[in-house]
Parts: sequence; C-alpha cells; structure tokens
Amino acid sequence: MSTPAISFRDLTLGYDRHPAVHHITGDIARGELLAIVGPNGAGKSTLLKAIVGELKPLSGSLDLQGLTKRDIAYLPQVIEIDRSFPISVFDCVAMGLWRKIGAWPGLGARGREEVVQALDTVGLAALAARPVGSLSGGQFQRVLFARLLLQDASVILLDEPFRAIDTKTVEELIALIEHWHGEGRTVLAALHDMEQVRAHFPQTLLLAREVVAWGDTKKILTPTNLDKSRQLTEAFVTHAHVCERDEERETA
Amino acid sequence: MIDVLFQPFIEFAFMRRALVGCLAISLAAPPIGVFLVLRRMSLMSDVMGHAILPGVAIAYLLAGLSLFAMSLGAFAAGLAVALAAGLVARSTVLHEDASLAGFYLVSLALGVLIVSAEGSDVELLHVLFGTVLGIDDAALILIAAIATVSLAGLAVIYRPLVLECFDPQFLRSVSPLGAPTHLAFLVLVVLNLVASFQALGTLMAVGIMLLPAIAARFWAEDVSGMIGVAVGLACASSVAGLLVSYYAKVPTGPAVILSCGAFYFLSMLVGIKGGVIWRLMPRKHLEA
Repeated sequence: MSTPAISFRDLTLGYDRHPAVHHITGDIARGELLAIVGPNGAGKSTLLKAIVGELKPLSGSLDLQGLTKRDIAYLPQVIEIDRSFPISVFDCVAMGLWRKIGAWPGLGARGREEVVQALDTVGLAALAARPVGSLSGGQFQRVLFARLLLQDASVILLDEPFRAIDTKTVEELIALIEHWHGEGRTVLAALHDMEQVRAHFPQTLLLAREVVAWGDTKKILTPTNLDKSRQLTEAFVTHAHVCERDEERETA
Repeated sequence: MIDVLFQPFIEFAFMRRALVGCLAISLAAPPIGVFLVLRRMSLMSDVMGHAILPGVAIAYLLAGLSLFAMSLGAFAAGLAVALAAGLVARSTVLHEDASLAGFYLVSLALGVLIVSAEGSDVELLHVLFGTVLGIDDAALILIAAIATVSLAGLAVIYRPLVLECFDPQFLRSVSPLGAPTHLAFLVLVVLNLVASFQALGTLMAVGIMLLPAIAARFWAEDVSGMIGVAVGLACASSVAGLLVSYYAKVPTGPAVILSCGAFYFLSMLVGIKGGVIWRLMPRKHLEA
C-alpha cells in the first residue's frame, strides 16, 4: 500500500451523541478507487460528510494526510441546488473553476475553453446555453460531473451518484470515474448496486454502522458479509447506552 | 407634447431633486431585489421595512425630524434585526424566514410602543409614507452615497452571492465566503431600505426594490439580464410616477410604486419568458 490519502483512527461519527457509524480504523491509499457499500442507514453518507468536513467526529480522528479542503471535490446525495435558478449550463459548470479563479477574476479564454471541454466530455456541449432548469435528471447529473471534472481535485467523493440515472448515462459516468482513477486521483463512491461495484471498483468498504469488511472487492462482497451488514444496521436503539467499546479490540 | 415629459423637471427644482433621488434608488435597489426574489426572500424586505420602525422612532424622539438621525436609527435597527436573524438561521434549525419573522415582530411591536408612548405626531406619518418631493440636498447626497456603496458592494460579492443562492453546499465546499457574503448582502438590503425610505416611506420603500425585480423574471433567463431589466423598469417607473403625481396631484410615493406595479402586471401579461399571453397562444413545438 502506498502513502495513504485519508486515515481513520477509531473514528466515530454521529448526530447528537448517537453514532451513525463508529470505531472506524484504516487507511485509504492515494489513487485508490473505493466503493463504500452497505444498507440504508449504514453510515455511508455520514462518512463522506466527515471527510469533507461538514461533520465533526464525535471521537477518534480523521487525518487527511496534508490534503486540505481544497483538494477534495464532493458530490452530495441530497443536493441543495435550486434548479429553478436562472443560470445557464455553461455558468453552472464554470463554477468548478472556483478554486482556480476565485470570487473576482474573469473566466478568460482558457477558462472558457476548459468549460467547453468539460461539457464535451460529458456530451452536453450542445446544451451549454440552456438554463439548468430545462435539463432532465440524467443531463443534470452530467452537468454536476462536468463541474467535478473542472474542480481537478485529487480526492473525489461521490454519494450515490447514479440514483435515478439510466444505464447509458451510468456507463459513461463510470467511464469518467475510471478515467479519474487512471489519472491517479483517489475516488470514493457510496453505492448500492453490487454488480456495479464488482465490475468497476477494485476496493470495497462494507459498512453497517461499523466496518464489516474492507479490502479487495472480490473478498469483501460475500453473502456472509452482506448478511452480517444487514443485521447490524437493523439493530438500532433509540435509547442507547454510552458506548464503552475497547479501543484495543478495534485497532487489533 | 414632449414638453409634458420635461416641463415639470425644467421648471421645479424639487421635481429635479425627486427625479435624481428616485433614479439613484432605481439603480441600486432593484439588483438587490433580484437576489431577494431568487433566494425566495421576497417578503423579507417587507419585513425589514417594518423592522426599521423602532430605530426611526427612537431617533425621532431623541433628535426630532432629523433625516440623518432617523437614517442612522433605521440602519441600526434594520442591521440588528437582519444580522441577528441571519446568524440564528445559519446556526440553528430555524430557517431564515422563521427567524426573521421572530425578530421583526418584536421590533415592530417595540416601534409601535415607542411611537404611541409619545403620542401620535403628524410628522411621523411622513416617515411612514415618505416625502419624495421634500428631498433636500443632504438627503440627496445620502441617497446617492448609499446607491454608490450598494452597487460597488454588490459587484464585490456578486459571484459568491450567485453561488450562495444557487448551490450553497458547493460554495461551502470550495470557499469560506458563504457566511460573510450572506451577511454583507443583508447589510446591502438594509442600506437600500434606508435610502428609499427617505423618498418613499418605510412602508413603500420595498416596492421599488421588489416589483421591478419580480417583473424582470418575465423578461430574462439569467441573473445579469434580470438585473438590467429590473433597473430599466425601476427608472421608467420613477419618471412615470413623478409625472403622474405632478399632473394628477396625487402623493408621489404611491404613484411611483403603482407605476412599478403597472409594469409588473404588464410584464406578467406580455413578458417573453412565460407571460400569460404566450401561454394562451402556444406555438408549435420545435423538433429538438
């Protein structure tokens, strides 16, 4: 394993003292293509939120190994975007260049060229002038991927990026993800389609409010592990006791 | 014929001052209104119009009918309410509308209490309804200064503000500018209300900010286009309102706002982006 991009040490995350996922320990290597799978409520989104810094750990630590917020691009599951906002597809994608140009300078000829190229990559060059409100769900997801493309981040986090997207679009977006992987970027994607994960993601982290299994996809996605993850998630208690799990056992 | 349009302004200095004041407001306030509309905070400015009342009332009690003191009072009260509401919205579960409603109701009640404690006063009615024809040089300078600051401020926060309205989560992930932009925007809203309340009164100041911005949605499909249309409509409404008020001898503030309203209804009917007429006469759809 090469140098890690992200390390977890006994990391517990949650809301109001209730852990959503607890005692995660492990490293994600630079350039890894990792699928995060698990049933609903397993803590997949929570883990991604913690990596981007939207959620503070309840305990334990999360080390970005010198990477800053600027190096991470994040596509959340629940998007707060106002689709009725009067903005063109071009302008929306151009937001991806924020880190390069910031709040004031103009886009410039090179910036415009980059935006056009990104739109071309996701097959939306013809729709650049359209308002985002006129796009279909799949087209809009392509727009968000084009924006991610321009963010040029070394770590890319995708939270259920293929919900309600047709097969052809999924195939093209997966090709894009594999391209990112080829460029040596670290890509983490929370997914629920096991076939997709088996076919395209070499590494898998199986979560169920704790780490069930983590490693090579083939060894992880076994019926036994998947069963175990389902049982663990269903055992949720509203009036939980204070967790006194021993740190030693987790790290061993 | 053309004299009808120019003669009042050539003849009377107070009409010229009113015109310059209204045009200055028309340049600065509608762009702010566009963002209020896009953030779905249209009613927020109305709320702020009421929230500045205690500031104005306290200043009036302390300093009499001093424009400067009342503006300062209005600004302080408006800013306190807007910032408190903004901070509460950003740091608690309350959304901005709810937290704002909470603060403005308290502020309004306080204002009414202060006003009634001193007995009613006709002059205070001027504050509530504005005295556009009574704008003196000092007021004009204040309005022009606020318009300048407002336009420059909006230019500075323009890009983060668009992002904050469109995709706040993305802005949070790439930049820490979200919160400062939000608060700076609230300051601009209050500043513009202070500028327009001189001319149009606290109750109608909101009209020139919002009506042109709402009407602009029927003409443009991007933010900069909406701002251009809104400013144009506001300027036209100012001129039309002043002329109507001059010839028909009706109060100027309502005349200006009703002109804005007329443009709004007109835009709703014939506006090229979703106006009623275009909806009633659908054209054949294109191939792609």
